[in-house]
Amino acid sequence: MMHSPLISETLFQLGPLPIGKAVAVTWGLLALLAGGSWLLTRRLRLRPTRWQSLLELLVAVLDGQIRDTMQVSPAPYRALIGSLFLFILAANWAELIPGIEPPTASLETDAALALIVFVASIACGVASRGPAGYLRTFAEPSWVMIPLNIVEQLTRTFSLSVRLFGNIMSGVFVLGIALSLAGLLVPIPFMALDLLTGAIQAYIFSVLAMVFIGAAVKETAGTHPASKE
Amino acid sequence: MDNPIEIVSILGAALAVSFGALGPALAEGRAVAAAMDAIARQPEAAGTLSRTLFVGLAMIETMAIYCLVVAVLLLFANPFVH
Repeated sequence: MMHSPLISETLFQLGPLPIGKAVAVTWGLLALLAGGSWLLTRRLRLRPTRWQSLLELLVAVLDGQIRDTMQVSPAPYRALIGSLFLFILAANWAELIPGIEPPTASLETDAALALIVFVASIACGVASRGPAGYLRTFAEPSWVMIPLNIVEQLTRTFSLSVRLFGNIMSGVFVLGIALSLAGLLVPIPFMALDLLTGAIQAYIFSVLAMVFIGAAVKETAGTHPASKE
Repeated sequence: MDNPIEIVSILGAALAVSFGALGPALAEGRAVAAAMDAIARQPEAAGTLSRTLFVGLAMIETMAIYCLVVAVLLLFANPFVH
């Protein structure tokens, strides 16, 4: 029988803190991503090696996406958006390793990621417009919209986390049902579908993060169609 | 299974998923049809169109996913069942 997707398994205790399975997998992924990036960027050359050109391609594609979506220079946002995308992609694809559930299939990880985007959008807005200027954007187009704008800030953060959680959790769940019905080879098409879903959800999460941050930074908020949802 | 709330929440979960799948299915069909139409008219824009289509489809799918989350909440984290 399957366990509830809303309860996280405790792996071990770290003092008073129970460390869940998802948190341990997250730490492993973080170590892998950070260590891999450090190893690959340790000896950068003008004539790139194979791995370096792969990384350069990745960064170039990322820069292009940020420039297309936010219509600003990508340099200040590259680190945040790129890390979000790479981490979510790695987390969604972690289910390919036997015995590991993707950490994004538990709500805490997604809530933390959405909170990062929430705080980043406020911080970028304050940094580019000043505190008073940022607060004034809540009263656009008129002061009647102030409660609605505040509610929008909260609900879009919530929907960002629930979207990722629901998509990945449902994939894991369907896989579990398929496995319990028929063991060998049957779950493979579902796993392929999960790979696609995982990649698309990582892309969407980072695009929405870009849209939210861009709307907080830009003069005319909401020029991108996705910002209306 | 004596608790009537459990029976009602199972029914509620099934209803949430079934009706929650209806709307997004219709909407995704319309979106794909429109994208096919656009690609047939302008095959050179297929790359941009399909990228936007995927993002739009995932957005629409989110509504069904919300219903799924509600169903999971009803089944596994029902506040009225102890």
